[in-house]
Amino acid sequence: MTAAFVAGADVPLKRRLKRSERARQLRALGLVMPLLAFLLFTFVIPLAGMIWKSVDDWEVPQVLPHTVAALEHWNGQGLPDEAAYAALAADMRAARDAGTLPVAAKRLNYVVNGFRTTLLSTARKLKEQPAPGTAKETLIGLTPAWGERESWTAIKSASGPVTSYYLLAAVDLTRNADGAIVSAPEDQAIYRDVFIRTFTIGIGVTVLCLVLGFPVAYLLANLPTGRSNLLMIFVLLPFWTSLLVRTCAWIVILQSEGIVNGSLQWLGVIDEPLRLIYNRFGVYMAMTHVLLPFMILPLYSVMRSISPAYMRAAASLGAPPTTAFWRIYLPQTIPGIGAGCLLVFILAIGYYITPALVGGAADQMISAFIAFYTTETVNWGLASALGAVLLLSTLVLATVYGKLALGRQTTGGLKN
Amino acid sequence: MSAAHSPRTASQRIAWITTIVSATLVFIFLMAPILAIVPLSFSSSTYLTYPLPGFSLRWYIDFLSSARWMSSLKNSVIIGVSSACLSMVLGTIASLGLAQWKSKWKPLVLALVLSPMVVPVVITAVGVYFFFAPLGLTGNYLGLILVHTALATPFVVITVSATLQGFDMTLARAAASLGAPPLLTFRKVILPLILPGLASGALFAFATSFDEVVTVLFLAGPEQRTLPREMFSGIRENISPTITAVAVVLTVISVCLLSTLEFLRRRNERLKGNVE
Repeated sequence: MTAAFVAGADVPLKRRLKRSERARQLRALGLVMPLLAFLLFTFVIPLAGMIWKSVDDWEVPQVLPHTVAALEHWNGQGLPDEAAYAALAADMRAARDAGTLPVAAKRLNYVVNGFRTTLLSTARKLKEQPAPGTAKETLIGLTPAWGERESWTAIKSASGPVTSYYLLAAVDLTRNADGAIVSAPEDQAIYRDVFIRTFTIGIGVTVLCLVLGFPVAYLLANLPTGRSNLLMIFVLLPFWTSLLVRTCAWIVILQSEGIVNGSLQWLGVIDEPLRLIYNRFGVYMAMTHVLLPFMILPLYSVMRSISPAYMRAAASLGAPPTTAFWRIYLPQTIPGIGAGCLLVFILAIGYYITPALVGGAADQMISAFIAFYTTETVNWGLASALGAVLLLSTLVLATVYGKLALGRQTTGGLKN
Repeated sequence: MSAAHSPRTASQRIAWITTIVSATLVFIFLMAPILAIVPLSFSSSTYLTYPLPGFSLRWYIDFLSSARWMSSLKNSVIIGVSSACLSMVLGTIASLGLAQWKSKWKPLVLALVLSPMVVPVVITAVGVYFFFAPLGLTGNYLGLILVHTALATPFVVITVSATLQGFDMTLARAAASLGAPPLLTFRKVILPLILPGLASGALFAFATSFDEVVTVLFLAGPEQRTLPREMFSGIRENISPTITAVAVVLTVISVCLLSTLEFLRRRNERLKGNVE
């Protein structure tokens, strides 16, 4: 320390201060670096990889490389030339030997339904009977589909290196044989409904949380500290209870031989048990329960900071209590309402476990489809595209939330 | 300030009573699942219905004697403790850096550090699954610990940063001016003062991992099934009374975590009071 001072004695103080400050900043950055590197590996790269998978079109170029090359100069009009047919025949033989043909067949089947059969059966016949004549005649002879332009535009559209197919499919769009963007066929156009359902459930849960959370936050904010801390346990205990415990408990409460139905039947209100679970009602019930604390906590922290003097001033100026509430109190809670609603909505649209356990087939949200395409049908492109759309919605909302929360420096319902 | 709530007029009193009544109903709603499930776990019947035919501990015994449940408990503890430790180290060091770092990039870096908390877990799970599978990080503990650490670190950073905000940096400077090297200053001055904050961060991290099921669904092999994972399949198939016993055990653990946190928070406030 002293040595450094002596050595730098001839350097002006200002510059020395600046230098030491810079060193301090570098050291600070150095401390953040391990976490950033860790998150890069466990979070950023995986997410970037997922987004890349939503446009990556590797299957056909890898399995049918010569066909892709031969089709490069085909203008999409009429049928391609003999070279393309020959390349396809060669590629199919090679791919069949290597066992990679189903990969390309699966990808092409997304473009044209039934293409898997076309490709696999042609390859099989090709192996059985190496026929004389041009490759074009042979292929069309084996499978007439090769004489149709659509088969070739399908291959060309899947020739990579990137495709908009999955992202378009995630919003119920597709490209026709001419490459124009059109609505997807009815039987495949389900994702817009799923997104609408996800957002509907999100909005419904947010409204329910606001309606239920507001009086609680108001009560907690206006009670003496000791009593409000005590009552806070009723909010924090469920908050800290495992999500699965709570979901499980709701099933026990709401199922047809559960507590609610049992009591209602015992009281003679109903004869047949009501269907309260494995439907939308159960989803709303369980999700509102899980997310309610996320509404109460930011509301509470904002309400706590509202001075009662305003309400007293309004009353002394002659405002009836209702007017004072609507015109004076409520506007001051808007930051809390905004933060709480955004937080609940952001968390709600990403929910997976609760709807999966307490919802029916018609109540599954977008996350369930992402999971389904990842693990069940292994359509990773579509899973990634749906994930990318959900991620984008979440990030936009989170940015808005960040701006709101930063302005107020609240902890906004985080677990503290 | 808020203690001064004194309804004066009749209509104010009615509004206040309405608030109390509706808030009470919401409190009942919030506590209903816990209240409903605790008695059922002590039922002697295999059916999850009231009234209870009798009291018994058989479902707890069932839980404790089941190899499957015990191995899932062990897995949860292994993964929870490991990711809590790892996220503590990474999160605390980063918080120390973030507290001193001034840059226009700081909000962006902060947003990045906190983003695992915001991004839907399904997306994280799918992304990590794609990335980890070719690296051989699926179907083993390491992959799960890494993901849970990423998910838990934001909570550590928030808690520790909040503690550091209340920390008087002149104390560190005083130590330095008395000749203490940085590490000694950290060990002897900073660490004891921020320890309650660190402990809360560790508990948050552990709780995050202990309750996480989505990434486990994607990444875990049969050997790594955790308690929530086992509950998930149990609820899916058929809710046995054993699950209610597990649920009560988990709730008791939550209560312990919550009370420890509350204790730490109070102690931290007291310490802060002393420093000031």
